[in-house]
Amino acid sequence: MDKKRCLIAAAEIRKLAITAMESAGFGHIGGSMSICDALAVLYGEVMNIDPRNPEKEDRDRLVLSKGHCGPALYATLAYKGYFPQSELLTLNANGTRLPSHCDRLKTVGIDISTGSLGQGLSLASGVAVGCKMKGLNNYTYVIVGDGELQEGQNWEAVQFIAHRCLSNLIILVDNNKRQLDGYTEQVCRQFDIRAKFEAFGLFAAEVDGHDVEAVYNGISQAINSNMPSVVILNTEKGHGCCFAEIPGFNHYMVFDSEQADTARREIDRRLEVSLKDALR
Amino acid sequence: MLCDKFDYDLKEMRALYCDALINTAGQNEKVVAVDADVSFSMGTGPFYEKFPQRGINCGIMEAHAAGFAAGMSAVGFIPFVHMFGTFATRRAYDQLFLSCAYQDLNVKIIGGDAGVTAAANGGTHMPFEDMAIVRAIPNFTIVEPADGTMYKTLVPYMASTYGNFYVRSSRKKAVKIYTDDTEFQVGRANILTHGSDVAIIACGIMVHQALLACELLKKEGIEASVADMHTIKPVDRAAVTQLASLCGAVVTAENHNIIGGLGNAVGECLLETDPVVPMERVGVNDTFGEVGTQEYLMEKFGLTAENIAAKAKKAIGRKRK
Ligand SMILES: Cc1ncc(C[n+]2csc(CCOP(=O)(O)OP(=O)(O)O)c2C)c(N)n1
Repeated sequence: MDKKRCLIAAAEIRKLAITAMESAGFGHIGGSMSICDALAVLYGEVMNIDPRNPEKEDRDRLVLSKGHCGPALYATLAYKGYFPQSELLTLNANGTRLPSHCDRLKTVGIDISTGSLGQGLSLASGVAVGCKMKGLNNYTYVIVGDGELQEGQNWEAVQFIAHRCLSNLIILVDNNKRQLDGYTEQVCRQFDIRAKFEAFGLFAAEVDGHDVEAVYNGISQAINSNMPSVVILNTEKGHGCCFAEIPGFNHYMVFDSEQADTARREIDRRLEVSLKDALR
Repeated sequence: MLCDKFDYDLKEMRALYCDALINTAGQNEKVVAVDADVSFSMGTGPFYEKFPQRGINCGIMEAHAAGFAAGMSAVGFIPFVHMFGTFATRRAYDQLFLSCAYQDLNVKIIGGDAGVTAAANGGTHMPFEDMAIVRAIPNFTIVEPADGTMYKTLVPYMASTYGNFYVRSSRKKAVKIYTDDTEFQVGRANILTHGSDVAIIACGIMVHQALLACELLKKEGIEASVADMHTIKPVDRAAVTQLASLCGAVVTAENHNIIGGLGNAVGECLLETDPVVPMERVGVNDTFGEVGTQEYLMEKFGLTAENIAAKAKKAIGRKRK
C-alpha cells in the first residue's frame, strides 16, 4: 500500500463528506467520520474497482450496511471519480441522486440499498454466494455499525456465512462504541464482539480503525486467512471532524459553514503532521 | 374546538406526546416506556428523567422490543413502545401479529415519522404502508392524530383501554388544529365543517390540507364537510355513511399509500352502502418515498389542498344525476 496516498485520500474524503453535509445543513456526521479511513483504504488500496466502468462484472462489491453514513461513501465515490465532486452539494436536496441513505437505484457506484439497520450482512452474503456461483474471483466487503449488531438478523447471517464458508466475504465492524441514544455499553452492551464472531468460526482481526496501515494489514490478514472474516475497526465516533469529536450527542448534527471551514482546516493541519510522521 | 387560525404549534409533536405520557404515567404506575435506540429522535428523554426505573431502551432491535413489550404486558404492565413507523411495523410485523395481537396482549406502539414527515431521512424511513399492514392484524386500533393537542386525550385513553394500539405520529411541529381544551373520542370522527356538496375525510397532516381545500372550494360556491378520521381502525362507519348520504360524494386524504389505508377503510364502508356514492382518494400513488423537504414531498405526491379540491370536484361530477 501507498501510505502517503492513503492518508491524503482519507483527509480528502473527510473534507468532502463534511462539505456534502454542510450543503444540507446537517447530517449523520459521527458515523460518517468514523469510517473515512477504512473507505480510503478499501477504495484506494484494496478493492478491484474501476470508476470509469462502475458496472464491471468482476469488481469487488461494498455494502454499507449502516446506510445512514451514505455521505462518507458518496465522498469516497466522488473522490474516486464516479461522479463530479460538485454533485456532493446536492446531498438530500429535493430530487437528489444522493439521499441520506444509500440507494443503488439513484447513485452510481452503490451496489446495494441500505438504511434499515441489520440487513446488510444478509444482502452481502447473497452477493458473495452469487459471485461465487458465477465463478468470479472477487470479494464482497460489508461495513456494519457496532450498534447495528444488536439487530438479530446479523447473527442469522453470520451463522450462514460461517456455515457456507464464504471466504470471499469480509465484514468490517465500525466499533465506535456509540449508537444513536448513546454509548452501546449503556444502551445494550455488546460484550466481546470479536469473541462472538470467533464463536461462529470466523477469522477475526482487530485494528485501530484510524490507522490506515493497520486497517490495510487487517484486511490483508482477512484475505490471506481464506476464511469468512471480520475486521473489527476500533474507531471514535466523529473522528477527524473537530466539532464532532465530543463526548455528547454527535450521531447527527446541525452545523454551519464556519464550523465546516474550521473542521476542514484542522483536517489539513493534521494531515500535514501525519505526512511528516509517515516520512520519518 | 377548532382553532380560529391555523399556525404551526409552538411545541413539537414529540414533546406534546412525552408531556402526555409523563402525566399518564404519574397517574398509572403500570405505564412504562420501551425504546429501540431512537429515544432521542422520538423525544422520550424527559420520561426517562422523570421515571428512570420505568423506561427500558432495548437498543436497535425492533422485533425484540415489540416482543419484550408484549411480555411485560402479559404480567400487567402497559408498555408504550417508541420506534420509527417503518421499523415498528415492517421490521416487527410478526411480533405485532403474534406476540401482541394474536394473544390479546396490551401494547401501545408509537410509530414516528408518518409518511412524508420523515423528509430528510428518505425512502427507507418513510412509511406509506404502515397503516395498511397493521390494519390487516385483528386486535389493533390505529390512530393518527392531526396535531399534538390530541395526545392529551389519546395517551390516557390508551393507558386505560385494554388492547393493542398503533399510533402513527410525527415528531415535528404540526399545524395546530384544535384548541387546548379539545377532547375527542377514539373511534368517532371529528366533524369539523358542515357542507352538503362533498365530504372530505382526512387524517394526520392531511386534516389541515382538507380544511384549506374546504376554503378553496367555498370560493367556487362548493360547500364541503371536513371530517378528521383520526381512528383508521375501527373506522367510524356511522360517520362515513352519514356524510355520504348528506353530501353524495366523498374524498379521502391521507399521508400514506392509497392502497390499504384510510381510503380503503372508507371505501370498504361505502361499498356496503346503497346506492354507492362516488369517491376519490388523495394519497401516495403506490410509490416509494424519497428525501426532500416535507413541502416538496407533499407537492410531489399530491398531498395538497389543491389536489383535494380538484378530486372533490371530480367526485361531485360523478354524482348520479
Ligand atoms: C432497523 C433500524 N432501526 C433504527 C434505525 C435508526 N437508526 C439510524 S442510525 C442508528 C444508530 C446506529 O448505530 P451504529 O450502528 O453504531 O452506527 P454509528 O454509531 O456508526 O452511526 C439508528 C438507531 C434504522 N436506521 N434502522
